[in-house]
Amino acid sequence: MLVTAAVRAEGLVVALGGTRILRGIDLEVADGEVVALLGANGSGKSTLVRALVGVVPITAGRVELFERPLGRTVEWRRIGYVPQRVSAGSGVPATAGEVVASGLLTNRRLRLPRRYAAAACAALDLVGLADQANRAVRELSGGQQQRVLIARALIRKPDLLLLDEPVAGVDLPSQQAFAQALTRLTEQGTTVLVVLHELGALAPLVRRAVVLRHGAVVHDGAPPVASPEHGGDRHDHVHPHPTAEPPQVDTAPEMRLNT
Amino acid sequence: MSINDLTSMLTDPLMQRALIAAILVGLAAPVVGTYLVQRRLSLLGDGIGHIALTGVALGWLIANVMALTPNDVLALPGAVVAAVVGAVAIELVREHGKTSGDVALALLFYGGIAGGVLLIKAAGGTSANLVGYLFGSISTVTSTDVVMTVVLAALILVVGVGLRTALFAVSHDEEFAIASGLPVRTLNVAIAVIAALTVTVAMRVVGVLLVSALMIVPVAIAQLTARSFRGTMRLAMAIGVVVCIVGLTFTYFQDYSPGATIVVLAIALYAVVAVARPLFVRQRWHDPHPDVADDVELARERGEAAPEGQEARR
Repeated sequence: MLVTAAVRAEGLVVALGGTRILRGIDLEVADGEVVALLGANGSGKSTLVRALVGVVPITAGRVELFERPLGRTVEWRRIGYVPQRVSAGSGVPATAGEVVASGLLTNRRLRLPRRYAAAACAALDLVGLADQANRAVRELSGGQQQRVLIARALIRKPDLLLLDEPVAGVDLPSQQAFAQALTRLTEQGTTVLVVLHELGALAPLVRRAVVLRHGAVVHDGAPPVASPEHGGDRHDHVHPHPTAEPPQVDTAPEMRLNT
Repeated sequence: MSINDLTSMLTDPLMQRALIAAILVGLAAPVVGTYLVQRRLSLLGDGIGHIALTGVALGWLIANVMALTPNDVLALPGAVVAAVVGAVAIELVREHGKTSGDVALALLFYGGIAGGVLLIKAAGGTSANLVGYLFGSISTVTSTDVVMTVVLAALILVVGVGLRTALFAVSHDEEFAIASGLPVRTLNVAIAVIAALTVTVAMRVVGVLLVSALMIVPVAIAQLTARSFRGTMRLAMAIGVVVCIVGLTFTYFQDYSPGATIVVLAIALYAVVAVARPLFVRQRWHDPHPDVADDVELARERGEAAPEGQEARR
């Protein structure tokens, strides 16, 4: 198979409200690659992903998705975007199945296909929510809502997945389940660009990492070793904690469970 | 109220026209209202209604200048044009985010009413001519009005129901819709336009001041009990039709304003459903939390003594 670029950004500059959030990013993700986008809070990694899918206006530079310039000619059906924030708090109730099915619509399709319900169930099954299709989204927990958004991106069977902190606020077993689902997809050739705070459960998948700092790429290559304060062998948690010690129940009262 | 009374009501041509208009409005208004509630633009209908009033007066003015009779022949077309222009303008202002939607709506409210009053005067009329549009005048619905209502309501239903998932997608998560390549601006403008058409159609039934109620209140009632977007819309449409028919029938026998009666009926229904809902909603006593392992190790489960201070805080 000819290797093409799933994502190509050249000299990408994004300025919001007079501030340059991204200062000339060059990034190419080849078809079939799994790339992690790392960086501290405010380094511009979310803005980069949002600019790549056209949500944030581009000030300068150009973006291509599957060799088509960002715009109407892009084959949107091949692209699945998972936003960071949970946007389920709308006024009118909607079921998980309805939200996921809305992911079937693209520039080429404004109405649902006939077998949309089965497709929605299959996508929810990929994220472990097969039995929740008829639940109202707002009744689901934050982590479950995040997984609904992942299912919404997966339902169109994308060739390129753009994920913005997909496992933030998701409990560890669900993270591992998500990592397994992602592994299966990448084995089938899906390209993945994933924004992460730390590699965590996805570490085995990621062979290339791009690190942003102050809106510019400072590293592009093998995944960097975590900063020392992020712990050693035992380090598999996702919650930030104030010390290098393993989390103690006592130091995080909001995480203590009522037993 | 006997069968005879009902028969005479249903054979009254005036009442037949009024009923057709009311049923179509009751069906169409909640469709648009569902999207407006979802986008947190519940007051948009009010803003459009006020602009429509300026359109009514503008229609009178133009009819006067062109010496058309009767002088309100262009009132409804004027309202349609003004409402569509105003609604699209609101949508574009919202999209660019320069003015908050809230302030844009406030400007429309005041500008619409004041413009209407000034223009109707310029057209040689008085503010009294506008009262029928402010509070509705379903008893004056003509055959031409009915035809126009049928056409507009059909358009609203075709767009509002036919494109439901696409309109849901842009209303639910606009960023994801952009990232799916959906024609987001076109869909947003489509919602604005069908909202404007609904206002002008509903104007004759409940009046400009109460138009928004017919869009919003049925949705408010429906979402008390529904879990899905589709279910909310269907239930709201059913509620809209029922309150319109019941309200209109009541005012056929009792001399009250149909528009106000319909709205009061809807709000009363909201109160009843809100109060009664806890009695009927199936209580689910099972533990809703998924049975997964905790992310934290609890000292107690490790068999260790709880760290100092933990007991005190519990």
